[in-house]
Parts: sequence; C-alpha cells; structure tokens
Amino acid sequence: MTTLNEPTVANEAAFPPTPAGTSAGPGVPWSKAILGVVLAAAALVIPFFFDVTTVGLFSQALYLAVAAMGLNLLTGYNGQVSIGHGAFFGIGAFTTGILMVDHGWYFEPTLPVAALVAALVGAFIGFPALRVRGLYLALITLGLAVLFPRVAAKFVTGQGGVALLRPDRAEFDPVAPFDGLDPDQWQYFVCLVVTLGLLLLARNLIRSRMGRAMIATRDQEVAASTVGVDLARVKVGTFALSAAYAGVAGSLSVMVDKVADATNPLTYFELSIKFLVAVVIGGSATILGPLVGALVLTFLERRTDSLIEGKEILSPAVLGIALIAIVYLLPEGVVGGLSRLWHRFTTKRTPPAGPPPPVTPLRQTSTS
Amino acid sequence: MDLLFSQLFNGVANGVIYASVALALVLIFRSTGLLNFAQGEMALFSTFVTWRLTESGLPVVVAILASAAMSFVVGAVIERVLIRPVEEARSPLNVVIVTLGMFLALNALAQLVFGTDPQQMPSAFPDGRVDLGVTAVAQDTIGLAAVLVAECLLLYVLLQKTGVGLKLRAVASNPDSSRLVGINTGAMLMLGWALSAGLGAIAGSLVASQRTGFDASLMQSVLVFAFAAAALGGFDSPLGAVIGGLVVGIADALTVQYVGFLDGIEVIVPLGLILVVLLVRPTGLFGRNVVERV
Repeated sequence: MTTLNEPTVANEAAFPPTPAGTSAGPGVPWSKAILGVVLAAAALVIPFFFDVTTVGLFSQALYLAVAAMGLNLLTGYNGQVSIGHGAFFGIGAFTTGILMVDHGWYFEPTLPVAALVAALVGAFIGFPALRVRGLYLALITLGLAVLFPRVAAKFVTGQGGVALLRPDRAEFDPVAPFDGLDPDQWQYFVCLVVTLGLLLLARNLIRSRMGRAMIATRDQEVAASTVGVDLARVKVGTFALSAAYAGVAGSLSVMVDKVADATNPLTYFELSIKFLVAVVIGGSATILGPLVGALVLTFLERRTDSLIEGKEILSPAVLGIALIAIVYLLPEGVVGGLSRLWHRFTTKRTPPAGPPPPVTPLRQTSTS
Repeated sequence: MDLLFSQLFNGVANGVIYASVALALVLIFRSTGLLNFAQGEMALFSTFVTWRLTESGLPVVVAILASAAMSFVVGAVIERVLIRPVEEARSPLNVVIVTLGMFLALNALAQLVFGTDPQQMPSAFPDGRVDLGVTAVAQDTIGLAAVLVAECLLLYVLLQKTGVGLKLRAVASNPDSSRLVGINTGAMLMLGWALSAGLGAIAGSLVASQRTGFDASLMQSVLVFAFAAAALGGFDSPLGAVIGGLVVGIADALTVQYVGFLDGIEVIVPLGLILVVLLVRPTGLFGRNVVERV
C-alpha cells in the first residue's frame, strides 16, 4: 500500500481504447493521423524558423526526452523507481567525451558505445534491484547519482586538471550531404532522428511480449512470476535498456552543450530529478509523456529564468511551485490529461437513455 | 591508536548529525509511508528561523524550541494543503514530485528571505572539549548525542506505548482499514508531518551550530547521508536510523583516514555498505518484513 511499485493511475493510458468508427486504417484514427502529420511538419520546420538559442533549447529538450523515455520504461512501465539516472547520463556523456578528446573518434560512432557502457553499468545495478525494491531501490540509485561525479572527478582529468571535457567544436559540424545546414540545425536533426528512433523502439517494445511482462511485473510481481514471467530477466533487462537510453541522452548532450562536466557534485543528482519530473509532468506510463514533459520542463525553466530579472535566486522557487501546480491540475500528467480530453471530444456520445434504433442490432447479427 | 580513536569520534560526531536528520525521515515514513525529499530543506528553513530568533536576542535553547513549535504547525499545514490533495490520487510518484518541488522552492525561498551570506549559529552547548582518556570530544558532539538519545526514547515511547502512536502506525500500514475502525487518518497524517518537521528544526539548528558557518547548502550533503542512514537501519525503525547514522559516519571517517586509493570517493564506502546490507536484508537492519497478499 505504501510502496512505490503500486499500479499507477495512468495504467489505461498505455493502451488507450481506440474509438470505434473513426478509424483510418487498422487502429489509427483519422484525427490522430492528422495530428501526427502536423507535429511532424512542425518538428521539421523548427530549426529554420527559430533563432540559434531556441533551436539549442529544442535540442536540449530532445536529449532530456530520451533520458526521460528511458526512465519511463523503468519507472512508468516496470515500476522500479530510479532517482539516479543522471549517473547513466553522465556515463554516456563521459564515454563520448573521452573517446572524442583522448582517442580522436568522430561523434557519431560514440553514440552506440555510450549506450553499451551505460547498459552494462545499468545491468550491474539492476541485479540488486531483484531483491531491493521501491524506496530502497530509489535510494541505491540516489547513491549512484551522488557517487558518479566523484568517480569522474577522480579518474578523469580534462581541461585544467578537473573533470571537464570539451571536444573540438568543429567535430559536431554537419557531415557531407548535409553541409548546407548550420551546426545548430544539424545537431537538432541528429537529436530529432535519435529521439524518434528510440520513441518508436519504446512504443513497439511496450506492445510486445516483453512489454506486457514489464507491466505485469509492475502491477503484481508475485502473480506475474506465477504465470511464467522471468522476473530477473525482465527487471535487469529493463534496467539495462533504461540506462542505455540515458547513456544515449548523455552522449547527445555533449554534442548540444559541447561539454561533459562533472565539476559540480550536484549536477547529476539534479539531472536525475529533472528526468523524473519530465516523466511525471508528461504522464508516466504513456509513450509520448516523457517527450512532452521534457519540452514543458525545458521551456518552463527558461521562462522562469527570464521571468524574474534581478531575482535569479527565485527561479528554482517558481519552477518548484510550477511543478506542484502541474501535479495538482493534471495528476495524470499532460499527456494523460490531454488524452482524457481528447477521448471526451472524439468518442461518440453514448446515446441518451431510451430505446435504441432497432435496425442496427439486426444488421449486425445478420452480417456476422 | 590515538588516531584511530580520534577518527572514530569524528565519525560518531558526523554520524550523530546524519542520524538526527534520518530520525525525522523515519518518523514521516513511519506515520505516512512516504519519503520526504524536502525534509532537509524544511529543516534548513527552520534553522534560519532559529538563527533569526537568536539574532533578535532570544537564548539559543528558547529559539530552537520556538522554531520547532513553529515548524510543527507549518509541517501540519504542509501536509494538509500540499500533500493530501495529491496523495488522494493514490500515485506515490506524484507525491515524490511535490516533495521535490518543495525542495526547490524552499531552498530558493530561504535564500531570498534570509540572504545568501554564511551565518553563524550560536551553540546550545558549552564550549570546550571533554577528555575521555583516549581522545577529547567536543561538548557539542556530546550534547547533540544526548539530544538524539532523548528524541529516540521519546519517539519510541510515543510510537510503541501510547494510543496516539498506535493510531499513527495503523494509518501508515493500512489507511483504509484504519479509517474503518474509526481512526481520524487525516489528523494522524498531519501529526506525523508536524512531528517530523519539529524534529527536523531541532536537528537543523543543532547541526548548524556545529559548523563554522551555514548557508542554504547546509542540508544538501547531510540529506544524502541521512537517507543512507535511514535505508541502512530500515525505514520504519527509529533505533535503526540512529545506528545507521553512526555506521555511515564512522565508515566514512575511517575510509578518509585509512583507505588512500579511495581518496575523493570515500562516499562509496557507506553506499557499498548499504548495498550489501540491503542485499542480505532488503528491509534494512531493523526494518520489518511485509508479507504481500496476492
């Protein structure tokens, strides 16, 4: 009753009932298809429409979204709470940083390596998760987030002898067929492609056998294991995959921010909290939730920073209050709340009480 | 040998600090089943209130008690206004977000109201050190330890020997059934938060008085170790929190002194310790197992 792996409210959001009668194809309603096309067009236009700073913000929101998607797989769908995903993010960032600065790699090939390294560490942390649950697991991951910057500070010596790696800016310039783009536009598109790819992967995974096993484990672990779910495989596997997402996000962050920085011991703890916040305000256990949450969070933070000039101290206060307000107004997150609204407007109203027209049932029985 | 003892006592001194914050965490967990990430920042705010009261001329002990009383009230208000409406949605993650939001907001508000300069908190205990034969211990440490023991005893009596304590525990373990047998669950939850905020005020004020100066970052390093202490001892045991705090403090101090290659990452030792303990006993050293019905 009091543990964190209680089924979340947003359960149903994973499999939203498709309103009958509005289908454009198997399972895709027209309204959704149109919305998808509009959003895709908007995503493509963004880098040509906004200034460099704003495009950079969008890129940041995208890598934040990747990390939040990973955390959502673990926390939203599998019920394992982590407040240490910043550490995996950092592992990804430093893998990329070290490979580029010390070993002269290009940026792109470091992405899978970062994912792999983060996944390995994630699997290692996932094993205790088999025994340690809920809040205790959250605390172990918290420890990881606290530990990471110190480990980095001890073993990584970058510029000025501190744990700070700055790859050459030119390394991130657009490659051959795309050299017409500005660096910021190119970087935005790299983030966009990676984000969409991982979004699709998460969506398909959740609808697969593995995804159902993850959800079953979250909702009722004992029952899941009695019907043949291999708890160890599901939990450790989810942990590793989730860590890999965070690692990719960290790797992308090196491209966007041009730096892997562990000089502030609290950075990665704060990042862990940011991921969690993005998941919750977007809507946990929804596919699009982390992406929406990351966008909201990034621009909200920006807004609160510029809102109160001269009183920068207050900006976290405004952010904190905004978070509380969002949890109040949209307890299922932005996506959960919106999809409820959406269904209210797109589902046909149930006919008011009274005898239904007699033709319909007759036709149905005769054709089936 | 002297070095060993002085390191041991250093560890105890830090451990007592961790334990005093962990105790407040345990109390909230015991009475509401929640982890309060804003615990440290609530304590920080109370600490600033204590400091402001001493600046206005009140004796330290009076100031601490007054601040604890105010925090008691504010803790109850926070539960009623901020936590309960969210908790009714039955989504623990949302409550976590609210406490994280409070973490950010309270820290910023404390800086705004009380400034960003380091302040000096007067000590509630006499200066000087007591010679214990092997090493000398600051009276501050002894005083803090004494307060901790007293708090622990009071909590034990409250939770285990009184009717209110029984109700508090009942609400934490099963709110629905408690309501059915006529317990005012809302009042108990408010009481849990109030007590925890009060304890936090005392802990924060005493911790600040041990430092040469304190600012808004006072609790950030302490909180992680306090979480570690509470996890080590098991979240539902006040005694466990104290022992966990001491173990974490001592392990940290001894690593700093004796394990050279971990220089800079000493924090790995308490964390590793917790990991091992939790692997052997997933509910912590003194926590109780909960049997799950399917």
